[in-house]
Amino acid sequence: MIRFMLMVNRQGQTRLSRYYQPVELSRRAQLEADVVRCCLSRRKDQCSFVDYKDFKLVYRQYAALYVVVGVTDNENELSVYELLHNFVEVLDKYFSRIMFNLDRVHIILDEMIQNGHVVETNKSRVLAPLTALDKMADG
Amino acid sequence: MHTHTAMSPSVPLQEMIRAIRSARTQCEERGVIQRECAAIRAQFRQADNGGRSHNLAKLLYVHMLGYPAHFGQMECVRMIASPRYSEKRVGYLGAMMLLDEKQDASLLITNSIKNDLSHSNQYVQSLALCTLACMGSAEMCRDLAPEIDRLLRASNSYIKKKAALCAVHIVRKVHELGELFVPAARSLLSEKNHGVLHGAVVLIIELCEQNPETLERFRKTVPDLVQIMKGLVLSGYSPEHDVAGISDPFLQVRILRLLRILGRNNEGASDSMNDLLAQVATNTDSTKTVGNAVLYETVLTVLDIKSESGLRVLAVNILGRFLLNNDRNIRYIAMTSLQKIVGTDHNAVQRHRGTIVDCLKDQDASVKRRALELSLALVSASNIRSMMKELLLFLSSCPPELRAHAASGIFNAAERYAPSQRWHIDTMLHVLITAGGDVRDETVPNLIQLITNASELHCYTVHKLYRALLLDISQQSLVQVACWCIGEYGDLLLKGDCQETEPVQVTEDDALDALETVLQSHMSSPATRGFALTATMKLSTRITDNVDRIRSIVSIYGSCIDVELQQRAVEYNALFRKYDHMRAAVLERMPVIEKNSPGHTNGESTGEAVKDVPTAKMKQGEPLLLQQPANQVCDLLDLLGGSEETLQPGPAVDCLVSGLSVHAAGTAGGDLLDLLGGFEPAELSPAPQVLAYDKGGVTLTLSCEKQSDTGLTVTLTASNSSDSDLSSFTLQAAVPKSVQLHMKAPSGDSLPARGTAKVTQMVVLNNPNKVNLKMRVRVSYTRQGSPFQDTVQIDSFPGLDAAGQ
Repeated sequence: MIRFMLMVNRQGQTRLSRYYQPVELSRRAQLEADVVRCCLSRRKDQCSFVDYKDFKLVYRQYAALYVVVGVTDNENELSVYELLHNFVEVLDKYFSRIMFNLDRVHIILDEMIQNGHVVETNKSRVLAPLTALDKMADG
Repeated sequence: MHTHTAMSPSVPLQEMIRAIRSARTQCEERGVIQRECAAIRAQFRQADNGGRSHNLAKLLYVHMLGYPAHFGQMECVRMIASPRYSEKRVGYLGAMMLLDEKQDASLLITNSIKNDLSHSNQYVQSLALCTLACMGSAEMCRDLAPEIDRLLRASNSYIKKKAALCAVHIVRKVHELGELFVPAARSLLSEKNHGVLHGAVVLIIELCEQNPETLERFRKTVPDLVQIMKGLVLSGYSPEHDVAGISDPFLQVRILRLLRILGRNNEGASDSMNDLLAQVATNTDSTKTVGNAVLYETVLTVLDIKSESGLRVLAVNILGRFLLNNDRNIRYIAMTSLQKIVGTDHNAVQRHRGTIVDCLKDQDASVKRRALELSLALVSASNIRSMMKELLLFLSSCPPELRAHAASGIFNAAERYAPSQRWHIDTMLHVLITAGGDVRDETVPNLIQLITNASELHCYTVHKLYRALLLDISQQSLVQVACWCIGEYGDLLLKGDCQETEPVQVTEDDALDALETVLQSHMSSPATRGFALTATMKLSTRITDNVDRIRSIVSIYGSCIDVELQQRAVEYNALFRKYDHMRAAVLERMPVIEKNSPGHTNGESTGEAVKDVPTAKMKQGEPLLLQQPANQVCDLLDLLGGSEETLQPGPAVDCLVSGLSVHAAGTAGGDLLDLLGGFEPAELSPAPQVLAYDKGGVTLTLSCEKQSDTGLTVTLTASNSSDSDLSSFTLQAAVPKSVQLHMKAPSGDSLPARGTAKVTQMVVLNNPNKVNLKMRVRVSYTRQGSPFQDTVQIDSFPGLDAAGQ
């Protein structure tokens, strides 16, 4: 299962964080800093999977943004790698540029991943409730 | 400095984010956030003013940055109860982020969740489901489980898929509730909606992992799952689920995982999946990562269930193809998987050895590490030479964090499969030269022991080490071994001629110069200097002209600050002055060091001459050990003026003779040893055991007891340390003509694996003519249906002297 998901920029600032396994607030900052340092220091020719403590990190870089996911050992890394891409594609479809609206991003994330597991990967189905919500908000 | 005025309550989230990001220092950022939090707190206290959701959203952002936000908890509770969707939405999000079941406030939202689960608006229902799945306590789960079950059956697909994952959380929290969801989970498998299917599969996986009985029941679903998979794999292009040409790869991966769990350890289930797995393996497009993700999961499944061998080979070949892929991610996971199966499918993995070895040169450190572990696992007697070349090449350029592991792996491999002693010594020297700083401590005594055993290579070894010493004295382990060898075999070094290497003239001064450089260098550790000093001392009996130089070196160190060195120097000084007549004997060439046990350093092998002669207790010897040349022991005895009869060295067999030599040295050299103090002459234990035979996991030890002047009872004990049981185990014995032999009945004729039981047999001998006692023993047994026979000759019996008396 997915334990947490982070989106960080090149300077190491967290843009989005979501924990599916509870982690104490005090330890979160430490964890995020560690994880980010790990991913930012990897070169272009190193692979996207890192063994970190007792779980695995899968990360992908999109321009100045890193998407990092911590998964348990039994998870198929390639599958998670594809999931990240799927997520970014959904975001891309909804926003003209990423990170425009934080709570909307959370909604999208909740539509795709719940409880550490994948719920829906079909882009249109993920965005359907959101477009309905937007209509409701306007009306 | 503070240019911000108080923010108006309805400033949107974006404004605040921009303000925070524009803060240039940590302090400034904290200031902005504190002001914002104060404003938000004030807003919370006011009545409903339409901007509440914005404020809570802002608070959540602040929380994400790591600042305390607990004062927002009650606001979450209030917002969840609000009728407005936008407020509910933020409220639930806040609950998921700020509350966990340990907070008191979480109890307060139980009622809201309960109501919202039956709300008319599906989006509200989904909010409640999501939040319950995220932070529902065991209480809440028990309370609401029936509701979730109802939703699983009777609602639309949007709700069903969320309800399924909510059920996963419930089952994790309260295991007993698993039973409740089994029927619903089963029926969900016939849904068409992929989201629902996905949720159903995840739920089933969770149920099966929790309860083995449930797993049994779900085995019946294997045909259904196979059908679904077939549909996904063979169907044409479906725009809804397509990801780079594969139809819903996420669902495929999930189903494959469930199949893995169901097929594990079960022949029937595994059989019914065989065809499907082969189909997926061959039909999936492997040009894109998505396809490879599915293939990877397929491989994992094939290797975990009871698949037929053809399918396994197919899976390993897929991994082999992955190794050649350009994408390093794929290479990495291929290595990880191969690592897991190298024990069980060793031959299949061997076929890809070339590619694996190439990956040692990969750029990525994680790939290199995996390649190293795999390569070490694939070393065997047939490929040892070529593999070692690659491994040594790797060692010279590998990243520092892998050095120690690589060095110890190389040593282990060399020890197990060395084709010749010279090769073994060369390899160990090469490692010491390349990575001497990273090897473990016991490498030095191990190497020394190896060198002493290879008697015909002494000349070659000492020349090689001398040359290495001249080049570089920074690698401590190498320097220590080199000093020891120069000290021990200095005479061979000075003689100059050696067939194996080009002859080089080494004068006595050269050798002493080398040792003195080591003694004086800053780089030498105290232990190394100890080695060098002792080696210098030993040379005093092996050279002729420069003994005075040695005397002066030794006396200088008599006042050295290092206590260990000082003590040695003082002792050696004493040896020069008061006990000069003993000097030659004390510093004589050492006998072969026996390996007592792995890791045991056998006392201080720093050349403290006779002190190091091993004890009489024999343990398992290494098959590579040569027969100890008995002439060395004889020299020792002659020098000590012993009047023992010369020993008859027996023909080279797998038999250790050292026990005898110790016994001899013990009695004759008693006074000498007392002088040096602290060495116990080897005492004859009442029934010392000698290892007579060791092959294929079968060991034979014998012990003797004298019954009378001519009579002797020998007890043979056999044990089996291999992994297969042996049956029809028999021993036959033959002795010289004049000796009478009577074999008693053995204790049994079967030797179970792994030494769980032994077989003993007593042999009564009578030697009236007192001839030299020898015994030939034939060992025969049946292993896995095939018979096996071997013969061993025993020439010396523990507890007797050479003449068999």
